[in-house]
Amino acid sequence: MASGYDRALSVFSPDGHVFQVEYALEAVKRGTCAVAVKGAAIVVLGCEKRSAMKLQDTRITPSKISMVDNHVCLAFAGLNADARILVDKARLEAQSHRLTVEDPVSIEYITKYVAGVQQRYTQSGGVRPFGISTLIVGFDPGSEEARLYQTEPSGIYSAWKANAIGRSSKTVREFLERNHKPAMDRATTIELTIKSLLEVVQTGAKNIEIAIMAPGKNVEMLGAEEIEKTVEKINAEKDAEASARRTGRGGAAAAGGGAAAASAQGPEQVLASRPAGDAPPE
Amino acid sequence: MTRSAYTCAASRELAQKDITNPNTLEVLLGITGKDFCIIAASKAAMRGASILKVNDDKTRTLNKQTLMAYVGEPGDTVQFAEYIQANIQLYSMRNGSDLSPYEVSSFVRSELAKSLRSRKPYTVNLLLGGYDPIKQKPELYWIDYLASCAPLPYAAHGYAQYYCLSILDKHHHPDITLEQGLKILRMCTDEMKRRLPVDFKGVLLKIIDKDGIREEPYSDDKQVYAP
Repeated sequence: MASGYDRALSVFSPDGHVFQVEYALEAVKRGTCAVAVKGAAIVVLGCEKRSAMKLQDTRITPSKISMVDNHVCLAFAGLNADARILVDKARLEAQSHRLTVEDPVSIEYITKYVAGVQQRYTQSGGVRPFGISTLIVGFDPGSEEARLYQTEPSGIYSAWKANAIGRSSKTVREFLERNHKPAMDRATTIELTIKSLLEVVQTGAKNIEIAIMAPGKNVEMLGAEEIEKTVEKINAEKDAEASARRTGRGGAAAAGGGAAAASAQGPEQVLASRPAGDAPPE
Repeated sequence: MTRSAYTCAASRELAQKDITNPNTLEVLLGITGKDFCIIAASKAAMRGASILKVNDDKTRTLNKQTLMAYVGEPGDTVQFAEYIQANIQLYSMRNGSDLSPYEVSSFVRSELAKSLRSRKPYTVNLLLGGYDPIKQKPELYWIDYLASCAPLPYAAHGYAQYYCLSILDKHHHPDITLEQGLKILRMCTDEMKRRLPVDFKGVLLKIIDKDGIREEPYSDDKQVYAP
Protein backbone atom coordinates (compact mmCIF):
# COMPACT_ATOMS: atom_id res chain seq x y z
CA MET A 1 0.00 0.00 0.00
CA ALA A 2 1.21 3.49 0.71
CA SER A 3 3.95 2.24 2.96
CA GLY A 4 6.28 4.93 4.19
CA TYR A 5 3.79 7.75 4.06
CA ASP A 6 1.85 6.72 7.17
CA ARG A 7 4.76 6.44 9.54
CA ALA A 8 5.50 10.03 10.41
CA LEU A 9 2.42 12.03 11.18
CA SER A 10 3.46 15.19 9.44
CA VAL A 11 4.33 13.59 6.12
CA PHE A 12 2.02 13.84 3.12
CA SER A 13 1.54 10.99 0.74
CA PRO A 14 2.26 11.94 -2.91
CA ASP A 15 -1.47 12.31 -3.59
CA GLY A 16 -1.95 14.77 -0.74
CA HIS A 17 -3.26 12.56 2.06
CA VAL A 18 -2.15 12.57 5.66
CA PHE A 19 -2.83 8.96 6.44
CA GLN A 20 -2.71 9.14 10.24
CA VAL A 21 -5.54 11.66 10.20
CA GLU A 22 -7.58 9.39 7.97
CA TYR A 23 -6.96 6.47 10.30
CA ALA A 24 -8.21 8.67 13.14
CA LEU A 25 -11.44 9.19 11.20
CA GLU A 26 -11.65 5.42 10.93
CA ALA A 27 -11.41 5.17 14.73
CA VAL A 28 -14.30 7.63 14.94
CA LYS A 29 -16.41 5.46 12.63
CA ARG A 30 -15.87 2.51 14.98
CA GLY A 31 -16.94 4.48 18.05
CA THR A 32 -20.47 4.36 19.41
CA CYS A 33 -22.98 6.72 17.83
CA ALA A 34 -23.77 10.20 19.16
CA VAL A 35 -26.58 12.44 17.93
CA ALA A 36 -27.45 16.08 18.53
CA VAL A 37 -30.63 17.87 17.49
CA LYS A 38 -31.49 21.57 17.80
CA GLY A 39 -35.05 22.72 18.51
CA ALA A 40 -36.60 26.04 19.47
CA ALA A 41 -34.73 27.14 22.64
CA ILE A 42 -33.61 23.58 23.25
CA VAL A 43 -30.85 21.27 22.15
CA VAL A 44 -30.72 17.53 22.78
CA LEU A 45 -27.70 15.22 22.85
CA GLY A 46 -28.22 11.49 22.45
CA CYS A 47 -25.64 8.75 22.85
CA GLU A 48 -25.45 5.07 22.22
CA LYS A 49 -24.09 3.39 25.36
CA ARG A 50 -21.95 0.33 24.93
CA SER A 51 -23.78 -2.55 26.60
CA ALA A 52 -22.21 -3.16 29.98
CA MET A 53 -20.77 -6.46 31.12
CA LYS A 54 -22.51 -8.36 33.83
CA LEU A 55 -20.30 -7.25 36.69
CA GLN A 56 -19.71 -3.71 35.45
CA ASP A 57 -20.97 -0.90 37.65
CA THR A 58 -22.83 1.23 35.13
CA ARG A 59 -23.80 3.74 37.78
CA ILE A 60 -20.28 5.12 38.10
CA THR A 61 -18.83 4.21 34.70
CA PRO A 62 -18.03 7.48 32.91
CA SER A 63 -20.52 8.71 30.34
CA LYS A 64 -19.86 9.74 26.76
CA ILE A 65 -21.63 13.00 27.46
CA SER A 66 -19.61 15.43 29.54
CA MET A 67 -19.91 19.03 30.64
CA VAL A 68 -17.21 21.43 29.55
CA ASP A 69 -18.75 24.29 31.50
CA ASN A 70 -22.16 24.82 33.06
CA HIS A 71 -23.60 25.90 29.73
CA VAL A 72 -21.54 23.76 27.33
CA CYS A 73 -22.12 20.05 26.79
CA LEU A 74 -19.92 17.75 24.73
CA ALA A 75 -20.52 14.29 23.32
CA PHE A 76 -17.93 12.31 21.39
CA ALA A 77 -17.47 9.25 19.24
CA GLY A 78 -14.21 7.37 19.00
CA LEU A 79 -11.52 6.52 21.51
CA ASN A 80 -12.79 7.21 25.03
CA ALA A 81 -9.29 7.63 26.46
CA ASP A 82 -8.43 10.32 23.91
CA ALA A 83 -11.66 12.12 24.70
CA ARG A 84 -10.81 12.38 28.37
CA ILE A 85 -7.70 14.36 27.53
CA LEU A 86 -9.48 16.61 25.05
CA VAL A 87 -12.43 17.29 27.38
CA ASP A 88 -10.02 18.15 30.17
CA LYS A 89 -8.21 20.65 27.97
CA ALA A 90 -11.56 22.20 27.01
CA ARG A 91 -12.63 22.48 30.66
CA LEU A 92 -9.38 24.18 31.56
CA GLU A 93 -9.81 26.64 28.71
CA ALA A 94 -13.42 27.37 29.70
CA GLN A 95 -12.32 28.24 33.24
CA SER A 96 -9.28 30.12 32.01
CA HIS A 97 -11.51 32.18 29.72
CA ARG A 98 -13.74 33.07 32.68
CA LEU A 99 -10.70 34.10 34.69
CA THR A 100 -9.18 36.31 32.00
CA VAL A 101 -12.23 38.03 30.51
CA GLU A 102 -14.83 37.47 33.27
CA ASP A 103 -17.27 35.92 30.81
CA PRO A 104 -18.24 32.33 30.13
CA VAL A 105 -17.05 30.96 26.80
CA SER A 106 -19.31 31.12 23.76
CA ILE A 107 -20.04 27.78 22.15
CA GLU A 108 -18.23 28.81 19.00
CA TYR A 109 -15.15 29.85 20.96
CA ILE A 110 -14.82 26.54 22.80
CA THR A 111 -15.49 24.62 19.58
CA LYS A 112 -12.75 26.56 17.86
CA TYR A 113 -10.46 25.79 20.78
CA VAL A 114 -11.22 22.04 20.73
CA ALA A 115 -10.77 21.94 16.96
CA GLY A 116 -7.56 23.91 17.35
CA VAL A 117 -6.15 21.36 19.78
CA GLN A 118 -7.16 18.55 17.42
CA GLN A 119 -5.44 20.32 14.53
CA ARG A 120 -2.27 20.79 16.55
CA TYR A 121 -2.08 17.04 17.06
CA THR A 122 -2.02 16.51 13.30
CA GLN A 123 1.00 18.70 12.71
CA SER A 124 3.35 18.14 15.66
CA GLY A 125 6.11 15.61 16.12
CA GLY A 126 5.88 12.68 18.50
CA VAL A 127 2.11 12.72 18.81
CA ARG A 128 -0.81 11.07 17.08
CA PRO A 129 -4.16 12.71 16.26
CA PHE A 130 -7.13 12.45 18.60
CA GLY A 131 -9.25 9.50 17.49
CA ILE A 132 -12.48 11.34 18.22
CA SER A 133 -15.11 13.53 16.68
CA THR A 134 -17.12 15.70 19.04
CA LEU A 135 -20.53 17.30 19.09
CA ILE A 136 -20.52 20.47 21.17
CA VAL A 137 -23.86 21.95 22.13
CA GLY A 138 -25.15 24.68 24.38
CA PHE A 139 -26.40 28.24 24.59
CA ASP A 140 -24.25 31.33 24.45
CA PRO A 141 -24.56 33.38 27.65
CA GLY A 142 -27.77 35.41 27.48
CA SER A 143 -28.86 33.87 24.20
CA GLU A 144 -32.01 31.87 23.49
CA GLU A 145 -30.66 30.28 20.36
CA ALA A 146 -29.24 26.79 20.56
CA ARG A 147 -25.77 26.14 19.14
CA LEU A 148 -24.52 22.87 17.75
CA TYR A 149 -21.03 22.29 16.38
CA GLN A 150 -19.07 19.28 15.26
CA THR A 151 -15.30 18.86 15.37
CA GLU A 152 -13.20 16.20 13.63
CA PRO A 153 -9.73 14.70 14.19
CA SER A 154 -8.33 16.85 11.39
CA GLY A 155 -9.36 20.00 13.23
CA ILE A 156 -12.29 20.86 10.99
CA TYR A 157 -15.31 22.30 12.75
CA SER A 158 -18.78 22.99 11.39
CA ALA A 159 -22.19 24.18 12.62
CA TRP A 160 -25.33 22.05 12.28
CA LYS A 161 -29.07 21.95 12.90
CA ALA A 162 -28.85 18.24 13.64
CA ASN A 163 -26.01 15.81 13.19
CA ALA A 164 -24.65 12.39 14.08
CA ILE A 165 -21.13 11.03 14.54
CA GLY A 166 -19.69 7.56 15.08
CA ARG A 167 -20.89 4.15 14.02
CA SER A 168 -23.59 4.28 11.29
CA SER A 169 -23.58 8.06 11.50
CA LYS A 170 -24.47 8.24 7.81
CA THR A 171 -27.68 6.29 8.36
CA VAL A 172 -28.65 8.49 11.29
CA ARG A 173 -27.73 11.74 9.51
CA GLU A 174 -29.87 10.80 6.55
CA PHE A 175 -32.73 9.95 8.89
CA LEU A 176 -32.32 13.39 10.47
CA GLU A 177 -32.22 15.04 7.04
CA ARG A 178 -35.61 13.55 6.28
CA ASN A 179 -37.24 14.23 9.64
CA HIS A 180 -35.75 17.45 10.99
CA LYS A 181 -38.10 20.43 11.06
CA PRO A 182 -37.31 24.00 12.07
CA ALA A 183 -38.32 25.22 15.58
CA MET A 184 -39.35 21.92 17.11
CA ASP A 185 -40.62 21.98 20.70
CA ARG A 186 -39.00 20.11 23.57
CA ALA A 187 -40.95 16.85 23.30
CA THR A 188 -40.57 16.65 19.51
CA THR A 189 -36.84 17.31 19.68
CA ILE A 190 -36.28 14.61 22.31
CA GLU A 191 -38.43 12.18 20.35
CA LEU A 192 -36.55 12.84 17.11
CA THR A 193 -33.23 12.31 18.88
CA ILE A 194 -34.30 8.97 20.34
CA LYS A 195 -35.98 7.94 17.08
CA SER A 196 -32.83 8.62 15.10
CA LEU A 197 -30.71 6.68 17.61
CA LEU A 198 -33.09 3.73 17.41
CA GLU A 199 -32.12 3.47 13.74
CA VAL A 200 -28.76 2.06 14.85
CA VAL A 201 -29.17 0.99 18.47
CA GLN A 202 -30.66 -2.47 18.48
CA THR A 203 -30.94 -3.01 22.20
CA GLY A 204 -33.31 -0.07 22.69
CA ALA A 205 -33.84 2.17 25.69
CA LYS A 206 -31.28 0.75 28.10
CA ASN A 207 -28.42 1.57 25.74
CA ILE A 208 -29.46 5.15 25.12
CA GLU A 209 -28.38 8.22 27.04
CA ILE A 210 -30.03 11.61 26.58
CA ALA A 211 -28.91 15.06 27.74
CA ILE A 212 -31.10 18.12 27.35
CA MET A 213 -29.97 21.74 27.45
CA ALA A 214 -32.13 24.83 27.69
CA PRO A 215 -31.06 28.48 27.93
CA GLY A 216 -29.86 29.55 31.38
CA LYS A 217 -30.44 26.12 32.89
CA ASN A 218 -28.16 23.31 33.95
CA VAL A 219 -27.98 20.22 31.79
CA GLU A 220 -30.71 17.67 32.35
CA MET A 221 -29.99 13.97 31.92
CA LEU A 222 -33.16 12.19 30.90
CA GLY A 223 -34.09 9.36 33.28
CA ALA A 224 -34.10 5.72 32.16
CA GLU A 225 -37.87 5.42 32.63
CA GLU A 226 -38.57 8.45 30.45
CA ILE A 227 -36.34 7.14 27.67
CA GLU A 228 -38.07 3.76 28.00
CA LYS A 229 -41.47 5.45 27.71
CA THR A 230 -40.49 7.35 24.57
CA VAL A 231 -38.97 4.24 22.99
CA GLU A 232 -42.17 2.29 23.68
CA LYS A 233 -44.22 5.07 22.15
CA ILE A 234 -42.04 5.10 19.03
CA ASN A 235 -42.18 1.32 18.73
CA ALA A 236 -45.97 1.35 19.11
CA GLU A 237 -46.23 3.94 16.32
CA LYS A 238 -43.96 1.86 14.10
CA ASP A 239 -46.02 -1.30 14.76
CA ALA A 240 -49.24 0.52 14.00
CA GLU A 241 -47.83 1.78 10.72
CA ALA A 242 -46.51 -1.64 9.82
CA SER A 243 -49.84 -3.34 10.46
CA ALA A 244 -51.69 -0.61 8.57
CA ARG A 245 -49.41 -1.24 5.63
CA ARG A 246 -50.01 -4.98 5.77
CA THR A 247 -53.81 -4.66 5.83
CA GLY A 248 -54.26 -1.78 3.40
CA ARG A 249 -51.36 -2.20 0.99
CA GLY A 250 -53.19 -0.30 -1.77
CA GLY A 251 -53.82 2.73 0.44
CA ALA A 252 -50.18 3.14 1.32
CA ALA A 253 -49.04 2.72 -2.27
CA ALA A 254 -51.45 5.43 -3.41
CA ALA A 255 -49.71 7.93 -1.15
CA GLY A 256 -46.29 6.84 -2.42
CA GLY A 257 -43.70 9.56 -2.82
CA GLY A 258 -45.01 11.61 0.11
CA ALA A 259 -43.03 12.03 3.30
CA ALA A 260 -45.69 10.07 5.19
CA ALA A 261 -45.19 7.08 2.97
CA ALA A 262 -41.44 7.22 3.35
CA SER A 263 -41.68 6.79 7.10
CA ALA A 264 -44.44 4.21 6.75
CA GLN A 265 -42.21 1.97 4.70
CA GLY A 266 -39.73 1.82 7.56
CA PRO A 267 -36.71 4.04 7.41
CA GLU A 268 -34.03 1.38 6.83
CA GLN A 269 -35.33 0.33 3.46
CA VAL A 270 -35.45 3.83 2.13
CA LEU A 271 -31.95 4.57 3.34
CA ALA A 272 -30.30 1.51 1.88
CA SER A 273 -31.42 2.46 -1.60
CA ARG A 274 -30.69 6.16 -1.49
CA PRO A 275 -27.15 7.36 -2.22
CA ALA A 276 -25.58 9.83 0.18
CA GLY A 277 -25.88 13.49 -0.63
CA ASP A 278 -29.22 13.11 -2.43
CA ALA A 279 -31.90 15.56 -1.49
CA PRO A 280 -34.17 14.04 1.12
CA PRO A 281 -37.74 13.42 -0.06
CA GLU A 282 -40.01 16.12 1.32
CA MET B 1 4.24 44.61 63.54
CA THR B 2 7.75 45.85 64.00
CA ARG B 3 10.82 44.36 62.40
CA SER B 4 12.47 43.67 65.76
CA ALA B 5 9.57 41.44 66.76
CA TYR B 6 10.63 38.82 64.23
CA THR B 7 12.63 36.02 65.78
CA CYS B 8 12.52 32.80 63.77
CA ALA B 9 14.16 32.38 60.38
CA ALA B 10 10.89 32.33 58.45
CA SER B 11 9.81 35.59 60.00
CA ARG B 12 13.15 37.22 59.18
CA GLU B 13 12.73 36.12 55.63
CA LEU B 14 9.29 37.73 55.57
CA ALA B 15 10.66 40.89 57.07
CA GLN B 16 13.22 41.09 54.30
CA LYS B 17 10.46 40.77 51.76
CA ASP B 18 8.58 43.52 53.58
CA ILE B 19 5.43 41.48 54.03
CA THR B 20 3.23 43.15 56.58
CA ASN B 21 -0.28 42.56 57.69
CA PRO B 22 -2.68 43.82 55.02
CA ASN B 23 -5.03 46.75 55.55
CA THR B 24 -6.78 46.34 58.87
CA LEU B 25 -9.39 49.07 58.49
CA GLU B 26 -11.50 46.89 56.27
CA VAL B 27 -14.11 44.80 58.04
CA LEU B 28 -14.63 41.07 57.58
CA LEU B 29 -16.95 39.18 59.88
CA GLY B 30 -18.23 35.62 59.92
CA ILE B 31 -20.79 34.01 62.23
CA THR B 32 -22.05 30.43 62.10
CA GLY B 33 -25.19 29.13 63.75
CA LYS B 34 -27.34 26.04 63.79
CA ASP B 35 -27.84 25.77 60.03
CA PHE B 36 -26.31 28.84 58.44
CA CYS B 37 -23.15 30.87 58.05
CA ILE B 38 -23.20 34.68 57.87
CA ILE B 39 -20.45 36.56 56.05
CA ALA B 40 -20.35 40.34 56.34
CA ALA B 41 -17.80 42.49 54.51
CA SER B 42 -17.43 46.27 54.59
CA LYS B 43 -18.60 48.04 51.44
CA ALA B 44 -15.90 50.72 51.33
CA ALA B 45 -13.00 50.35 48.92
CA MET B 46 -10.22 52.40 50.45
CA ARG B 47 -6.89 53.71 49.30
CA GLY B 48 -4.94 55.49 51.97
CA ALA B 49 -7.31 57.95 53.60
CA SER B 50 -9.70 58.09 50.65
CA ILE B 51 -12.78 56.05 49.96
CA LEU B 52 -12.97 55.13 46.28
CA LYS B 53 -16.18 53.11 46.26
CA VAL B 54 -19.07 52.59 48.63
CA ASN B 55 -20.63 49.39 47.29
CA ASP B 56 -17.61 47.15 46.97
CA ASP B 57 -18.22 43.40 47.06
CA LYS B 58 -15.28 41.74 48.80
CA THR B 59 -16.57 38.22 48.22
CA ARG B 60 -16.30 35.54 45.53
CA THR B 61 -18.52 32.50 45.16
CA LEU B 62 -16.29 29.43 44.91
CA ASN B 63 -18.94 26.79 44.43
CA LYS B 64 -22.61 26.27 45.22
CA GLN B 65 -22.08 26.33 48.97
CA THR B 66 -18.76 28.00 49.62
CA LEU B 67 -18.10 31.72 49.73
CA MET B 68 -14.75 33.45 50.18
CA ALA B 69 -14.43 36.98 51.58
CA TYR B 70 -11.13 38.81 51.34
CA VAL B 71 -9.32 41.92 52.56
CA GLY B 72 -5.79 43.06 51.99
CA GLU B 73 -3.47 44.57 49.43
CA PRO B 74 -5.66 45.91 46.63
CA GLY B 75 -4.97 43.93 43.48
CA ASP B 76 -3.63 40.95 45.38
CA THR B 77 -7.06 40.30 46.84
CA VAL B 78 -9.07 40.06 43.65
CA GLN B 79 -6.26 38.34 41.75
CA PHE B 80 -5.93 35.64 44.40
CA ALA B 81 -9.68 35.25 44.93
CA GLU B 82 -10.40 34.82 41.22
CA TYR B 83 -7.51 32.40 40.84
CA ILE B 84 -8.94 30.28 43.66
CA GLN B 85 -12.45 30.62 42.25
CA ALA B 86 -11.37 29.41 38.79
CA ASN B 87 -9.57 26.41 40.24
CA ILE B 88 -12.43 25.39 42.53
CA GLN B 89 -14.89 25.65 39.63
CA LEU B 90 -12.53 23.69 37.40
CA TYR B 91 -12.47 20.96 40.04
CA SER B 92 -16.27 20.87 40.04
CA MET B 93 -16.42 20.60 36.24
CA ARG B 94 -13.73 17.92 36.10
CA ASN B 95 -15.12 15.73 38.83
CA GLY B 96 -18.82 16.42 38.65
CA SER B 97 -19.01 17.25 42.34
CA ASP B 98 -18.13 20.21 44.53
CA LEU B 99 -15.35 20.33 47.08
CA SER B 100 -16.64 20.58 50.65
CA PRO B 101 -15.80 23.75 52.59
CA TYR B 102 -13.11 21.87 54.52
CA GLU B 103 -11.49 20.68 51.30
CA VAL B 104 -11.67 24.18 49.85
CA SER B 105 -10.01 25.57 52.98
CA SER B 106 -7.13 23.11 52.63
CA PHE B 107 -6.65 24.08 49.00
CA VAL B 108 -6.75 27.80 49.73
CA ARG B 109 -4.33 27.43 52.63
CA SER B 110 -1.86 25.44 50.56
CA GLU B 111 -2.00 27.95 47.70
CA LEU B 112 -1.42 30.79 50.13
CA ALA B 113 1.43 28.89 51.79
CA LYS B 114 3.03 28.29 48.39
CA SER B 115 2.66 31.98 47.57
CA LEU B 116 4.15 32.98 50.93
CA ARG B 117 7.37 31.17 50.07
CA SER B 118 7.59 32.70 46.60
CA ARG B 119 9.35 35.87 45.54
CA LYS B 120 6.24 38.05 45.82
CA PRO B 121 3.60 36.61 48.16
CA TYR B 122 -0.08 37.57 48.18
CA THR B 123 -1.00 39.64 51.20
CA VAL B 124 -4.62 38.72 51.71
CA ASN B 125 -6.68 37.80 54.73
CA LEU B 126 -9.64 35.54 54.12
CA LEU B 127 -12.81 34.23 55.63
CA LEU B 128 -14.24 31.11 54.08
CA GLY B 129 -17.90 30.46 54.81
CA GLY B 130 -19.66 27.34 53.71
CA TYR B 131 -22.30 24.75 54.32
CA ASP B 132 -21.33 21.10 54.16
CA PRO B 133 -24.29 19.30 52.56
CA ILE B 134 -23.12 15.87 53.78
CA LYS B 135 -22.48 16.77 57.41
CA GLN B 136 -25.39 19.24 57.14
CA LYS B 137 -23.41 21.74 59.14
CA PRO B 138 -22.24 25.30 58.47
CA GLU B 139 -18.51 25.90 58.51
CA LEU B 140 -16.30 28.94 58.83
CA TYR B 141 -12.56 29.13 58.26
CA TRP B 142 -10.30 31.97 59.27
CA ILE B 143 -7.27 32.19 57.01
CA ASP B 144 -4.63 34.91 57.15
CA TYR B 145 -1.83 36.11 54.87
CA LEU B 146 0.70 33.88 56.67
CA ALA B 147 -1.40 30.90 55.56
CA SER B 148 -2.63 29.87 58.95
CA CYS B 149 -6.09 28.38 58.88
CA ALA B 150 -8.52 27.79 61.73
CA PRO B 151 -12.08 26.49 61.72
CA LEU B 152 -14.06 28.76 64.03
CA PRO B 153 -17.66 29.32 65.12
CA TYR B 154 -17.21 33.08 64.54
CA ALA B 155 -14.32 35.11 63.20
CA ALA B 156 -13.18 38.55 62.10
CA HIS B 157 -10.23 40.18 60.38
CA GLY B 158 -8.54 43.47 61.00
CA TYR B 159 -9.63 45.99 63.64
CA ALA B 160 -13.06 44.38 63.57
CA GLN B 161 -11.53 41.68 65.72
CA TYR B 162 -10.91 44.07 68.60
CA TYR B 163 -14.47 45.34 68.64
CA CYS B 164 -16.48 42.27 67.64
CA LEU B 165 -14.86 39.23 69.21
CA SER B 166 -15.79 40.30 72.73
CA ILE B 167 -19.41 40.77 71.69
CA LEU B 168 -19.39 37.39 69.97
CA ASP B 169 -17.70 35.75 72.98
CA LYS B 170 -20.54 36.97 75.13
CA HIS B 171 -23.53 36.35 72.85
CA HIS B 172 -22.65 33.59 70.43
CA HIS B 173 -23.89 30.05 70.90
CA PRO B 174 -23.46 27.16 68.43
CA ASP B 175 -27.22 26.62 68.18
CA ILE B 176 -28.37 30.17 67.43
CA THR B 177 -31.00 30.72 64.77
CA LEU B 178 -30.50 33.04 61.80
CA GLU B 179 -32.56 35.76 63.52
CA GLN B 180 -30.34 35.60 66.60
CA GLY B 181 -27.26 35.56 64.37
CA LEU B 182 -28.40 38.70 62.57
CA LYS B 183 -29.12 40.34 65.93
CA ILE B 184 -25.53 39.67 67.03
CA LEU B 185 -24.28 40.97 63.68
CA ARG B 186 -26.23 44.17 64.27
CA MET B 187 -24.56 44.56 67.67
CA CYS B 188 -21.19 44.10 66.02
CA THR B 189 -21.77 46.61 63.21
CA ASP B 190 -23.18 49.14 65.68
CA GLU B 191 -20.12 48.76 67.86
CA MET B 192 -17.82 49.24 64.88
CA LYS B 193 -19.70 52.36 63.82
CA ARG B 194 -19.23 53.60 67.34
CA ARG B 195 -15.52 52.73 67.68
CA LEU B 196 -13.81 52.47 64.28
CA PRO B 197 -12.03 55.70 63.36
CA VAL B 198 -13.14 55.45 59.72
CA ASP B 199 -16.47 55.10 58.01
CA PHE B 200 -16.48 51.63 56.43
CA LYS B 201 -19.77 52.42 54.62
CA GLY B 202 -21.75 49.58 56.18
CA VAL B 203 -21.51 45.90 55.37
CA LEU B 204 -22.58 43.63 52.57
CA LEU B 205 -24.41 40.63 54.02
CA LYS B 206 -24.26 37.15 52.55
CA ILE B 207 -25.81 34.04 54.01
CA ILE B 208 -24.84 30.46 53.20
CA ASP B 209 -27.17 27.62 54.11
CA LYS B 210 -28.52 24.35 52.70
CA ASP B 211 -30.06 26.23 49.74
CA GLY B 212 -26.79 27.85 48.69
CA ILE B 213 -25.51 31.41 48.89
CA ARG B 214 -27.70 34.50 48.93
CA GLU B 215 -27.23 38.20 49.47
CA GLU B 216 -29.58 39.89 51.92
CA PRO B 217 -30.26 43.59 52.30
CA TYR B 218 -28.72 45.12 55.40
CA SER B 219 -29.85 48.58 56.41
CA ASP B 220 -27.22 51.08 57.50
CA ASP B 221 -29.29 54.24 57.81
CA LYS B 222 -29.71 54.18 61.60
CA GLN B 223 -27.49 56.69 63.36
CA VAL B 224 -25.26 55.21 66.07
CA TYR B 225 -23.92 57.51 68.77
CA ALA B 226 -20.77 56.99 70.76
CA PRO B 227 -21.42 56.86 74.50
